[in-house]
Parts: sequence; structure tokens; C-alpha cells
Amino acid sequence: MDKELKKRLQITATKVRMGIIEGVYNAKSGHPGGSLSIADTITYLYNHLMNVDPANPKMPDRDRFVLSKGHCAPALYSVLANRGFFPVDELKTLRKSGSRLQGHPVMDKVPGVDMSTGSLGQGISVACGMALSGKVSGDSYRVYAVLGDGEIQEGMVWEAAMFAAHYKLDNLCAILDNNGLQIDGKIDDVMSPNPIDEKFKAFGWNVICIDAHDFDQIEKAFYEAQCKTGQPTVIIQKSAKGKGVSFMENQVGWHGAAPNDEQYATAMSELQATLAELEGK
Amino acid sequence: MEKIATRISYGNALNELVKKRPDLFVLDSDVSCATMTNIFGKENPDRHFNCGIQECNMLGVAAGIASTGKLVFASAFAMFAAGRAYEIARNSIGYPKLNVKIGATHAGISVGEDGASHQCCEDIALMRTIPGMTIINPADDVEARAAVVAMADYEGPTYLRFGRLPVPVFNDAATYKFEVGKGITLRASENDDITIIATGLLVYPAIEAAEELAKEGINARVINIHTIKPLDEELVLKAARETGKIVVAEEHSIIGGLGSAVAELVSEKCPVPVTKLGVNDTYGYSGPAVQLLEEFGLTTAGVIATVKKALGK
Repeated sequence: MDKELKKRLQITATKVRMGIIEGVYNAKSGHPGGSLSIADTITYLYNHLMNVDPANPKMPDRDRFVLSKGHCAPALYSVLANRGFFPVDELKTLRKSGSRLQGHPVMDKVPGVDMSTGSLGQGISVACGMALSGKVSGDSYRVYAVLGDGEIQEGMVWEAAMFAAHYKLDNLCAILDNNGLQIDGKIDDVMSPNPIDEKFKAFGWNVICIDAHDFDQIEKAFYEAQCKTGQPTVIIQKSAKGKGVSFMENQVGWHGAAPNDEQYATAMSELQATLAELEGK
Repeated sequence: MEKIATRISYGNALNELVKKRPDLFVLDSDVSCATMTNIFGKENPDRHFNCGIQECNMLGVAAGIASTGKLVFASAFAMFAAGRAYEIARNSIGYPKLNVKIGATHAGISVGEDGASHQCCEDIALMRTIPGMTIINPADDVEARAAVVAMADYEGPTYLRFGRLPVPVFNDAATYKFEVGKGITLRASENDDITIIATGLLVYPAIEAAEELAKEGINARVINIHTIKPLDEELVLKAARETGKIVVAEEHSIIGGLGSAVAELVSEKCPVPVTKLGVNDTYGYSGPAVQLLEEFGLTTAGVIATVKKALGK
């Protein structure tokens, strides 16, 4: 990846992480862990790869994004706000009564949100429908969907996996955020979905495995996905839950908990330091 | 009188609908030869998509298609469309207000020999609880075809209910007009003693019952409610005011169906006695459909008996 681009994306991803912490801290609830683990990938999609226009969020030929693991809404909201779909300051209203930033994304409230999600396992089916519609109609848009590794315990995910391969939805790219943790503990202990790559291969998908926090690998994976014909692609990204905030990293307790005042201050100062370093200040 | 199952009307009407809406997608869940969407599939193979035995994924796929602005029908048996896939209908179709039409066939006990596992008498109740979900339960071939074609211009989540059993075609195709949310008064006089509000398969028996009751000097108004939600409140309340008693007849559980909808309405706005004829909070069982309807009292005789009970006769 171009050095300038990488620096720019790293800076944006850090701001996105600050937005996640800001939102969850103000809401006093929410899901910071899984939001932080997908921050780099969604930042890349909305700030480099996807054809979107904040001034025209319903543009018919836009690329679509479905956050199938809808509880990581803080990440999507922060990416959208930092991309200019709505003011960054609005992130402080997350989960508050009267806010359009609901606990889980709502498509008819928030500009830039392509599908309402929250009930796990459904977003990937919806993404399949978007992809099928585009293929049948000869539209050029591509569809991206982010799944959690706990989420794929839902049987409906595998219905969708079968469907996508059957209809050769090569305009669909799923991103599987493999942070290894879910609410009750390690995915291996709760209900192991492993081996994830072999399962998707068996279902007829093109499988690419990467490090979720390496923009070079992210760029290469999405390029490969775009080039693949006749098969949907899943990018299995090995990630760290809570990535970017030291005390949250790989800690299951941060799946669905908000930082207190002290933790908020620590998290923000860490991210500020990261930002300052990236910006060379 | 000619008899046609409304599932066949559904398949035929999709062929009419695609002429108005060439963007139409029809999805099925490995039952296209039973939901009769194969009638559409034969003529429009490039717009008919089999999802296999995946009702939940099918409704999600339908939501995705609808989100791109296309018209989409998703077809399954009522038991699985409304029952198994309820939460997808609620969260991925109802909540985001997507223009998905759920074509549910094999509703009620008139499924017959397949028995209780496939006899869905709870679908209207389930769908009624979803905010913004329109529910249409046509009474015959003419009404079923008109309802499906009307979906060309009707935006929003909609559940359409069709049956397996051939039922009399009593509406006149030349004069029939379908309007979502508008009930149809089939029989009325200035001195009606009672109103029979019926839907779907029970509408024709209600007409026959009113004719029989007239011979005994009982004047029964008959209203066909094809749209259960949104309910034609004005028409129901007018009947409540003018006739003072209501019987509701439906091939559905007495819990949560049209009977409940009518009772909820009149109890608040014009309290009159409401007597329900339906499936009495029980499961069905295997048997020929016509025989089952007789055993459950969902017949002309059943409507007559319910009216007499309501009138204390």
C-alpha cells in the first residue's frame, strides 16, 4: 500500500476508535471490544474502496455495507461520522432517547446505513439479497458484510453461505472478524465454530485469511476478492478485540461494557498519543 | 359454482403483476409446486429464485432485494413464513419498513392430510404484532388475484395469506374492486339483527349462512374483511352501532386473529358483544380438508349456529 494512503488510513482509524470510545462512554453502555477490532477494516472500506457519497447517501449505484454484527454500531457510526455522513459530535448521543444513533443500526434513521441489523445472522442474508439484485439487474455495485466469529454460530449464516455460493454471488464479500471472544467467553469454549476457513471452503466460498490490523494485507485481500469471479469471498481477519486501547485488548469483559471516567481518560489519552505519533507531532 | 384454490390464484396473478412491475423478484423455498409460484417460474425463469428449504434466509434475501428498490415476493407455507421466520419478518422486514411481500400459502386447517405440523392457525396473530405489517387474506380467486396485482403500487411490508383447498369463486371479476384496508359489505339492510364479519375461506359460508338465516327471519349483515391490518375500523364500528352484535368467522385461532382485532376495536370504541368462530386454541389433525372444516365447525352450518348462539336463540 502507498505510504501516504496508509498513514492517512491509520490516522482516520485512530479517530474512528476515539469516536467509538466517546460514544460508548457517553452512552454508559454498548460494545467497544468488537467495534475496536473491526475499526481498521471499515475505515479502509469507507475511506478508500467503497463507492459512497456522504452528500448522496442513497445513491443507487453505491457499494453496500451491512454490519451483520450490528452490536458493533459504534464503529459504523464513527466511520460514517468521520467520513462526513453526519457530525462527529453526534456520536455523543449514542443510545440516548431521541437520538438517531440507536443501540443497533437503523437504515431509515442514519444516513449511510444500508441495512438495519442487530439480530445476529440476518445481515448476511440481506447482503445476499442485495448482491443477487445487483447481479440480476446488471448493476456494478459490490456488497460488503461484516460478521462476528460468534455470530456464525447462528444457523441462518450457513443458509446464507449456501445461497451465496449457489447463486455465484462474486459481487459479495463477507468479512469475518475473528477476535476469538464472545459474551460468555472464548468462542472455542462457548461453541466452537472452528475451523472457520474450512467450513466456508466447504460451502463453496473463496477464503482469504489476513491480519485485521495490517492495511497492506487488508488492501491485498479486498483486491483479490474483487478479482474473484464465480464465487463469493470471505475475508477471515484475525483481530484483537479492543484493539488500540491497551487495557481492553483481548479482554472478554470489554465485549459489552462502557469505560468509567478514569478508564475513558486513559483510553482517550492512549489514542491521542497514537494520533500524535502518526501525525508526527 | 367454480372452485379455485387461492394459491393457484397467487401463481397466476404473479404473471399479471410482472407485466406492471418488470422488476419483480419471486423467491420460493422448495415448495414452488405447492405455493404455485412455479406458474410464474415457468414463464419467468430469470425472475424466479429457489432458496431451497431456507425460509429464514429467504426472508433476509427478500429484505436485501427490497432495499435496492425492487419488488419482491417471498413464498413459503404459512407455518414457516410466519412461524419459523417470524423474527426475520419482524427485524429485517418490518422494522426497516422494507417493501417485501410475503406470499404464505397452506394457511389454516384446510391443509388437510399433512396434519397439525403444517396447519398454521397462528399466522395472522403473529403478523398482527409486527408494527406496519399489512395483512391480506383473500376470500376467492377474484379477490386473491386482485390483491396480488394491487401490490404493484402498494409500498411496505405485507403478508398475503392463501389456501390450499379449492374455494367457490363468488366475486364477479368484471365488477370486483380491491382496495387495501377497505372491507366489503356483501349484504346489508336497515334492520339487521347482527353482523357477520368474515375473512378468507369463511366469507362464502357467511354469505350462505345469511341467506339461510333470512328464511328464519334473522337479518344478518355480511362483511368481507380481506385486509385484517390495517383494519377497516369505520366499517366495523358502523356495523357495531347499527346491528349491536357481531360474529367473526375465520379459519384461524380465536386468539389473535380477526376476531381479536374486531373485539379489541369495538371494546374501546363501541362496546357490543363479539362472538368468535375459529379454531378454539387447539391443534388440527390429519384428514380430508372438507371433513376437517366440518369437524371444526368452519362451515355454513357453523356460522349459522354461532349467529344463533350470539342472538341467544
